[in-house]
Amino acid sequence: MRYAETGINLEIDLSRGGIERVETDPRDTELYLGGLGTNAKILWDRVPPEVEAFSPDNLLIFSAGLLCGTPAIGCNRTIVTTISPQTLLMAFSMMGGFWAPELKYAGYDKVILRGKSPDLVYLWIHNDKVEIRDAAHLKGKGAIETAELIRQELNEPKAQVSAIGLAGENRVYFASIEQGRSSASRGGIGAVMGDKGVKAIAVRGTGDINIARPAEFIGLCDEVMDYIKFRKENPIPGVIPILSVLGSPQEMAIHDERWHTENFTWGNARTRRKGFWTEEVEKEWTETLDNARTRMISCYNCPLQCGATISMPGFPTYMMKCFSKLTYTMAAMSNLNFGLRIAQRATEYGVDAYSAPQVMAFALELYEAGILTDDDLPGLPDGNEERFFWLLDRIVRREGIGDVLANGTYWAAKAIGKGADAYAHNTIKKHEQLPLKLGMLNPVYFLMYSTGEKINITQIQGQFPQAPFPEREHREAFVKDWFQVPDDRFKQYFLDWEPRGDFSNPYYPTVEMCCDIVEWHEQMHYIDDALGMCTGLSSFHLKAPYHVHNFPKFISAGAGLDTDEAKLKQAAKRYRTLVRAINVGRGMRRKDEKPPEDHWKHRFPELEKELLDAYYRFKGWNDEGIPTTESLHELGLDYVSEEFIRRGILNGREAAPSREALVEQASQ
Amino acid sequence: MMRVVKTIKIDVDKCNGCRSCEVICSAFHAADKYGTTNPARARIRVIREPLLDIFVPVFAGDFAPAECAGRNQYIIDGKVHDECAFCRASCPSRDVFKEPDSGLPLKCDMCEDDPPLDEPLCVKWCENDALIYEQREEEAEEAAELEEMEIGLESLVGKHGLQPVIDAIARMSTK
Repeated sequence: MRYAETGINLEIDLSRGGIERVETDPRDTELYLGGLGTNAKILWDRVPPEVEAFSPDNLLIFSAGLLCGTPAIGCNRTIVTTISPQTLLMAFSMMGGFWAPELKYAGYDKVILRGKSPDLVYLWIHNDKVEIRDAAHLKGKGAIETAELIRQELNEPKAQVSAIGLAGENRVYFASIEQGRSSASRGGIGAVMGDKGVKAIAVRGTGDINIARPAEFIGLCDEVMDYIKFRKENPIPGVIPILSVLGSPQEMAIHDERWHTENFTWGNARTRRKGFWTEEVEKEWTETLDNARTRMISCYNCPLQCGATISMPGFPTYMMKCFSKLTYTMAAMSNLNFGLRIAQRATEYGVDAYSAPQVMAFALELYEAGILTDDDLPGLPDGNEERFFWLLDRIVRREGIGDVLANGTYWAAKAIGKGADAYAHNTIKKHEQLPLKLGMLNPVYFLMYSTGEKINITQIQGQFPQAPFPEREHREAFVKDWFQVPDDRFKQYFLDWEPRGDFSNPYYPTVEMCCDIVEWHEQMHYIDDALGMCTGLSSFHLKAPYHVHNFPKFISAGAGLDTDEAKLKQAAKRYRTLVRAINVGRGMRRKDEKPPEDHWKHRFPELEKELLDAYYRFKGWNDEGIPTTESLHELGLDYVSEEFIRRGILNGREAAPSREALVEQASQ
Repeated sequence: MMRVVKTIKIDVDKCNGCRSCEVICSAFHAADKYGTTNPARARIRVIREPLLDIFVPVFAGDFAPAECAGRNQYIIDGKVHDECAFCRASCPSRDVFKEPDSGLPLKCDMCEDDPPLDEPLCVKWCENDALIYEQREEEAEEAAELEEMEIGLESLVGKHGLQPVIDAIARMSTK
């Protein structure tokens, strides 16, 4: 008997219309857990570096996390994995909502799509019955609209639907996959779905998911629920509102946007507007949100209410989450009213709410600079807000300049030329980043930005505070009940961290401490992404209900795996390394691992080099960021090093330096 | 005589549509307690239409052996709900509140357990207080205790109707 997982993947060959149920190897669950971990293994095995994003040989994998469908609170994420048309690397965006548990109840852990359908289709998975159905009538429909139409035509109100909008159909490089109140947005995975000719996947399941040790597992769930209640009653003092409470940033609940509007940049990630948040703005935006918001809503089996249904006059109701609340507003230098209106259309089109607004602001900056002219933008309206709607319409249809912009700022700048690349200034690994431009280099964030392969900072930051607390007294109070730390030394790092002086950024936390902290953050995210756990109850948060100490118990009692903290860390390291190996195979090297030049005003090239050198060594990677033969061997990934030697990426003689050698080197 | 009445009050304005109630209900009532999870077996379900702002938890009432004489249908804020959408009964007219495999009826037992729980688990897991447990005492008329045979006859009457049972007994008595 399999526990927590179903042990069955659904293989769909779109070119031939083939549907196959394939039993998975339980040993892979032990080695790679599930979700992202087993997705990475499949991608490594079956999608060699020569396969491009829009090749029929590329796979698009929809995976439920290992613990999705169990009573583990907040464990509902679908991990979608493929090769990105934008970054040309592995993309593993994910979404909450209701889809992953439904897939489990239907009897499957993953849906693996290969090939290309000659006509637009959708999949209907209803327990054992799996059909590829014609979707010609859904062509051009919005993502949310599509989901409703499919539920109606199937007469299955309880079916959960993941769908693409026009952007995905037209292979926009930042097209999302939308589902309920969630979306898998980053990396252009919606474009791959469109390229495969799949408009949607609808699922309904009425089967059981087994728990290995039921009483123990439910006890762990009760503990999590109690801690969620405790945190609700005890928000963390002294930090900004979204960090003080649990959940995906509570953007739908809070009105105070001083921190975002004054610290994040506006326009094409350019202008910081200190003093923007006046009483007048607060009053207007509060009114806008209160009038638009019908209800706070949640994902499957989660008490936190991170989303909301939003109704703006003249626009259909839609569901919004998180920071898309402000990205359009700030890119257009406009107000919340505009942001909530355009986000409705963008959600139906299915575009990433980080990339899309930046691409449009980038285009308008190029227009102001004379690099794009009236000939490139025929019919461009005069009004600022109208221009954003106009550009969005053209991008998702790939009309005129929209066809160029649909590839994101990096590729658009290359195509436009005339110095346009100076305006595509906010990407890492060819992907648009949050519009953050700060003063002093933060060494922890430097490493996360540089080496993160989710390629999105909000998905990497974590349980260690983002900034020091000014008062030592406050820090001492914070560490008192901070049991989530992997080791007590992290408390000391934080206690000694000062806003100014010798123990402040960029030289404190020290290089070694930075490696330690980043490793913790990254590990938590990778564990979440294998289990299907929402980061809003786990890796994103200070003092989260899920942490390195209770995860092994959940996995062991839920999935019946013989695991403990050491084994879990080893497994997470294994598939994290596999993600890197896939990207290294695709040519990713040290030169690609850098934040935007203008991310911080004060940069420290020597320190940055030292940080990256040390972190690579810490991870068992060589100076180019390639895992060494020896570290691959330790993880049981000899098959990776053999392939790397065959391809000339490794020569087989390198060894990762020992810890002792590192200490020696550091003291020299 | 006083009897204990248990209710779950439902505040639909507070429901966030997460379906935790379905999760924990199905887990608790699994053949091996908490051994499986499957919302299709839950004795509570959330009617959930987010875009229409409809979030209505309904928990399973008694098994009804026969359909009602007339169906009920609600139109709320312009949305035409399915026939009998908000009915709590497991009945032959629809497949709601039935075991997905056997088709046997499901009924909320207010989480009967030994030792007794403080409140039904769906209420406990509803962190947003859309489900509120109430227990009160009510005056009840003393019902004559049914003999074992009468209980059996009652269920036969429930299933076939009174007249067919009388006819059958009459037939049997003439044999």
